[in-house]
Amino acid sequence: MSLFLTQLMNGIGSGAVYASLALALVLVFRTTGILNFAQGEMALYSTYLVWYFTQHDLPVWIAILLSMAISFVGGAAIERVLIRPVEQASPLVLVIVTIGMFLAINSIAQVQFGNDIKLLPRAYPNKTWLPGNVQISSDTLVLVGVLLAECLILYLLLNRTRIGLAFRAVASNPESSRLVGVPVGRMLMLGWAMAAAIGALAGALVVAPVGLQGASMQSILVYAFASAALGGFDSPLGAVVAGLIVGVAGTMTTQYLHAVHDIELVVPFGLILVVLLVRPSGLFGSTRVERV
Amino acid sequence: MTALLEVSELRAGYGAVRVLHGIDFSVDEGEVVVILGANGAGKTTTLRAISGMIEAGGRVVFDQRSIVGRRPEKIAAAGIAHVPQGRGTILDLTVEENLRIGAYLRRGPEIESDIDRWYSTFPRLKDRRAQHAGSMSGGEQQMIAIARALMARPKLVLLDEPSLGLAPLVTQELFRTLTDLNRADGISMLVVEQNAGLALNLAARGYVLEVGTIVTSGSAAELADNDDVRRAYLGI
Repeated sequence: MSLFLTQLMNGIGSGAVYASLALALVLVFRTTGILNFAQGEMALYSTYLVWYFTQHDLPVWIAILLSMAISFVGGAAIERVLIRPVEQASPLVLVIVTIGMFLAINSIAQVQFGNDIKLLPRAYPNKTWLPGNVQISSDTLVLVGVLLAECLILYLLLNRTRIGLAFRAVASNPESSRLVGVPVGRMLMLGWAMAAAIGALAGALVVAPVGLQGASMQSILVYAFASAALGGFDSPLGAVVAGLIVGVAGTMTTQYLHAVHDIELVVPFGLILVVLLVRPSGLFGSTRVERV
Repeated sequence: MTALLEVSELRAGYGAVRVLHGIDFSVDEGEVVVILGANGAGKTTTLRAISGMIEAGGRVVFDQRSIVGRRPEKIAAAGIAHVPQGRGTILDLTVEENLRIGAYLRRGPEIESDIDRWYSTFPRLKDRRAQHAGSMSGGEQQMIAIARALMARPKLVLLDEPSLGLAPLVTQELFRTLTDLNRADGISMLVVEQNAGLALNLAARGYVLEVGTIVTSGSAAELADNDDVRRAYLGI
């Protein structure tokens, strides 16, 4: 039983990372209607920035905040420069553009920073607690804490501020929003900017324990996609809940089905498949019902 | 007196397809003007050209400033509120949030009193203030769209077929409210409609648009007496 609970905790910890990245995917999808395949690589580059700053003797938390700020601006710039010109194009074109970004950002990162494994200093002490024989690591606590803080800040921003109202209005109906004077383009940039900053934070935290290299974010992105699909691509709440579910499903599969090598990789793809078959809008996504 | 909105030689279309072939009309301060026309005449295109949703050529002078070629958010800021065809409800926002976003360009405590004010004009909206706009009936969504437009305190409201898809009784009530808004508050309106009977009751003047060209114009009474208009748009 304590093994089960320990794995549950681990699952929630890694799930928090998938949830963060899924949240980033949802922010982009809600506003621009794009599945951003490059979200993980954007986070990878942001994490390299964190490493770079720590190499220049910045404290790691400052390095993370600095990288988040740069990513925020970078995300907005990517929307404006790369996405805006193809905004009206077909979904297929948009998929190709974000896959192109995936390859480009990954290559740029490796050219710029090299492809050896980089070790990031930990942003917090590595501890483990054993309440009632259940192992809880500081990793899990920090990841979950960060996720909760992200959710709270996003909730307040989207539901309690004027800019958040405008952001949701644009996500729902850009044309009507424009007609009441909302600068739609700037809201789309904000979506990409927030997504990039969230990705930077998730990347820095998930990579610190294991080291950073070119492929660091790729499997995490797959899990994040599974989470966003399961939760519903237009639901931030869904992304978070589903991220945790996917995380727990992953660790449990590894724990109890370890006879089959790499079996846990089946989990995200299996989930995506099942969701698409059974409930394409996801657990929390809106199947649009509207009266006319 | 100079007109609030002065449109001349307005040309617009979609891609290579020209819809408006240079039309002229005007709306005075405090006036309701209607543009009548059949499907495909270019009514919606006219409004979209004015509010900057599509590229347009010619001259559009609003409040003594040229607005042609400016971005929709700038034109909204200049004082034009466009209620689009099909109401343009922001489905995922609540009724109250729809009103609030209408005041996006304004600040200050008067926003709250304006919300109360339009709730008293449209009491049904007040009862459902926390409900998602997407779950409201067509008539209620039209009220939301109009209240949202008025939240901007516009100098001119553009209404694109307000009667579309509404039951006759709902439409009549709506036009009564629009008449009140014009008489009591002096709100200027440019209305495009197929329902000529109601529209000519509301408006002081009108224009008839046929395949992108204005073919007739005059006071509402003159148009209501015009044989061609009666045959084509009033079914008499």
